[in-house]
Order: sequence, then structure tokens, then C-alpha cells
Amino acid sequence: MTTQPKPTTVLVRRHSLLVRVTHWTNAVSLCLLLLSGLQIFNAHPDLYFGQQSTFGHPWLGMGAYEHNGALRGVTILGPYVFDTTGFLGASRDHGVLVSRGFPAWLTIPSVRFLALGRRWHFFFAWVFAINLTLYLASAVIGGHLRRDLVPTLDQVKPRHVLHEIWDHMRLRFPKGEEARRYNVLQKGAYLGVVALLLPVMILSGMTMSPSLDANFPFLLDLFGGRQSARSIHFITASLIVLFFVVHMVMVVLSGTWNNVRSMLTGRYAIKLAPPPLPAPLGDAP
Amino acid sequence: MSLPRRGLLRGAGASLAALWLAGCDKIAENPDVVKALSGAEVLNRRVQRLLGRGALAREYTRADITPAFKANGTINPPDADYQAHVLENFANWKLVVDGLVERPLALSLDQIKALPARTQITRHDCVEGWSCIGEWTGAKFGALMDLAGLKPQAKHIVLHCADTLGGAKYYETLDVVDVHHPQTILAYAMNGAPLTIAHGAPIRLRAERYLGYKQAKYVMRLEAVDRYDHIAGGQGGYWEDQGYDRYGGI
Repeated sequence: MTTQPKPTTVLVRRHSLLVRVTHWTNAVSLCLLLLSGLQIFNAHPDLYFGQQSTFGHPWLGMGAYEHNGALRGVTILGPYVFDTTGFLGASRDHGVLVSRGFPAWLTIPSVRFLALGRRWHFFFAWVFAINLTLYLASAVIGGHLRRDLVPTLDQVKPRHVLHEIWDHMRLRFPKGEEARRYNVLQKGAYLGVVALLLPVMILSGMTMSPSLDANFPFLLDLFGGRQSARSIHFITASLIVLFFVVHMVMVVLSGTWNNVRSMLTGRYAIKLAPPPLPAPLGDAP
Repeated sequence: MSLPRRGLLRGAGASLAALWLAGCDKIAENPDVVKALSGAEVLNRRVQRLLGRGALAREYTRADITPAFKANGTINPPDADYQAHVLENFANWKLVVDGLVERPLALSLDQIKALPARTQITRHDCVEGWSCIGEWTGAKFGALMDLAGLKPQAKHIVLHCADTLGGAKYYETLDVVDVHHPQTILAYAMNGAPLTIAHGAPIRLRAERYLGYKQAKYVMRLEAVDRYDHIAGGQGGYWEDQGYDRYGGI
């Protein structure tokens, strides 16, 4: 019986200190921005496209009405109306159903308090924007963007992309040498978030400020109006939440502790296939 | 799982959730935390004024005007003195200009209409999130203050309003840097017609580049001051006294 050489595990340096610090700063500020943002949304839980509001005709709206003495929450999406009692439109506040867009447990603060929600939102908007600027500047200058995030030519071949999607669907993730770099789906997702969704968040947020619109009139043209910007801000936030959910699932499925450790200490373990021939004695790994 | 146990777990879950929310709110509403967060507001004002204090808000065309411009806040002041002016069609109404000015004034509506005027079609952005576009005609705020002669120590203009909202008189403050901004006007007409009561008759402020709550309606008196902390709640405005930022540009 021949003994199979065991695969060796090596710890590679995956994330720089700057990436780790900005990652967690980003995570905390995005979380607080989301919850305070939903408080702000609740002040007028209707979304429109264009420069102005077409009251009564939002493309997305939440509200409540009385039916047989009980409050019903509804969500309107285009031509569709959904009963969302208990979650959207009407939800419980201290056991009593009240009319509000998103429920108390999803807003900062839990009570309806637009002024305070704005204070939280605008403080962490600065934290978020400065953090993102720092990250993007270092990613471009330091080469992180080109080296780690932009897919290589062999990765963007349709055959490779399809193969990667098929592997992901079977929950098979790159191993060995291939695990040293991000796979093409990872790269696409990360790049889409840091280079598109997050900057769009900042720009669409700025477009909602009447003072910044005076300073940067092109913002209104970029998004097609203040109400469009408010809608795009909401849609982009939703896409970031979607990314977050997928991100969490993938972190867990592809090795929770290894992933978490790599974002804390920077070290990521990869299993390398055993060398075809036994290494000469005395050669330290 | 047996029903009572499930109920118990649900109860425990609900209590934990309530505890979590209460804990979050304790932090969210802590005065020191709120004070620290408010530092961002100063930053917003400084940065945006640095970017250009003379920048103009976008002006739109007549075709863009919102058919049903939403009237918010007070839409008919309950105050007796205001209602008396309504009955007289504002014939004896006068705008008082005083405080840190060389020549205190009391101007009739006709005198205000005789001042250099400006018409602008602009977007009104409510802090709640909605927007409406309207055409405003009014006296240039700068021309009016020049008539009274602002003293050098004046830093803000307090706009005292006729309406009582939620038990307190409405008021606002405008910084002197915005007094001479071309789009700062005291509007007496909207969409070509005299200002309606719902929109602030006989005059309201239009300081474009700021949110709706800064656009004081039913203005009765302009008081030039060097500080506003002795007025009402001391935060420089009706909504500011309830926690809203005084800058109001974002």
C-alpha cells in the first residue's frame, strides 16, 4: 500500500492592513447608514422618478388604511399592490399596529424621529465617504485594484465564466493555486460594489441636497432629477443589501473561519496539492 | 415542539428584541452622542459654503411647474391677528424690519412690491423627501436689507412668522451670507398669482438651496441679530428647536 502525500496548508497574506481597516469601517458605517436611511425614507415612504414628486403615483410606495376597524399595511410596486401588514406600511410599535414605512426594528432610532435619523445618517455619510475615498485611492495607486480585482484575460473568457458559475452552483470553490486569487465572480461582485454601487450611493445622496445641486448642477442631469436620485439611492442601497446577503452566504459556505480570519489578521489558508515528488530533505518549507 | 414552549420562546425572542431596540435607542438618543454626530452638520455647512456661496439653484421652465404644489406645515394660521389681516386683505399689514439695522422700517405690501423684484422657477425640497416646482416672484432680500441698512455686527436675520404651530410661533433664521444671494427673495406671488394663504400669504421667504422648513411663510418681522440663542428654543428656528439642523442645505 502506497501512502498518498497529504495536501499542505499554507497561510497566504490575502488582505493588507488598509483593506482590513477600511472593510470593517465600511461595514459598520453602511449598516448605520442603512438603518438611519430607512428612518429618513419613512418620513415620505413614496418614491418617484424625475425632478419632482407626482403625489399619489409613486412607483414604490408604502401606506396603511383602515379595514373593518383594523389597520392594514400595503406596499405598491408599479401596478401591483401587496398586503404587507406587520412589516411594510403598518407594523407593531409596542404591540400596537401603527402606520409606518419600515418597521421600528429596522430604523435608527426605533421611534419616528426624522431629525435624529438625519444626524446619524449625515455623520456616517462622512465616515463612509472618507473611508471609501481612502480605499479607492490606495487601490488605484497601490495596485490592489489591478492586481486583485480586475479580472485577468483568461478569467473573462465566456467558457471560464460559465464554468465558474456552474462550479458555484454546485458549491465548488477554487482550491489550491487557483484559491490564491479571487475567482471571476468574486472579482465582478467586489468590483461592482466598490467601483459602482458605493460611489453611486454617495453621488445620488449628494443629488438630494439642494445646496450641493447648486454647487454641482451636473448631478441633477446625471441622475435625471432629485426624485430620480432618491429612487436610485434606494435601489442601490437595496442592491448593497442583496450583495451583503450573498456575501454572508458565500463567507459561510466557503469556510467561515478562514474568511473571517483573513479579514481580521490578513492570513488566508489555502490547501496546496502535494508536490509530485517528495521534497528533498533539509529543504524547509 | 409543544405549543406552550413555542409561546415561551416567542415571548423570550420578543423580549430580547425589545431589549435590543431599547439599548439601541439609548445610544441613538444619548445627548453626548447626538452632540458628537452634529459635528457633521458644521462640516456640511463649511464645505458647501467653501464650494461656492454664490452658486445658483437650478431654475426650471413653466412646463416643469408642479400642478398641485404641496402646502406643508401650517396651511391656515389659527392666530387671531393673522386672521384679522386676512379679513382686511392685508391692507393694514406691515412688515417690520428692525434689530441691528440703521433705519428700522415698517413696509406695506405695496412698498415691498415696489422694491427690485425677481421671478424664479425653482424646486422646493421638503426635508421629508418630496419635491415640487413652482414659480416665485418677490422682492430681493438684499435690496430690502440695504434699505434698512444692516449694521456690521449683524450675523443673522430672524424671520418672525404669524403662525402658531404645535403651540409655538414659527420662526427661522437666515445667515447674512445669504441675504444678498440673487435667489433669496421675499415672495408675494406664486405661479403668477398672489401668494395663497396655504403657501404663506402675504409674503414668504424663498432662499433656494435650502430645504422647505427654511422657507418661512407668513413673515411678519425681520430682526437682524448677532445671536439667536435667546429666541424660543435657541436653535435658530421652529424645526431646529425640535432637533433639525439649522443649516438645512442637505
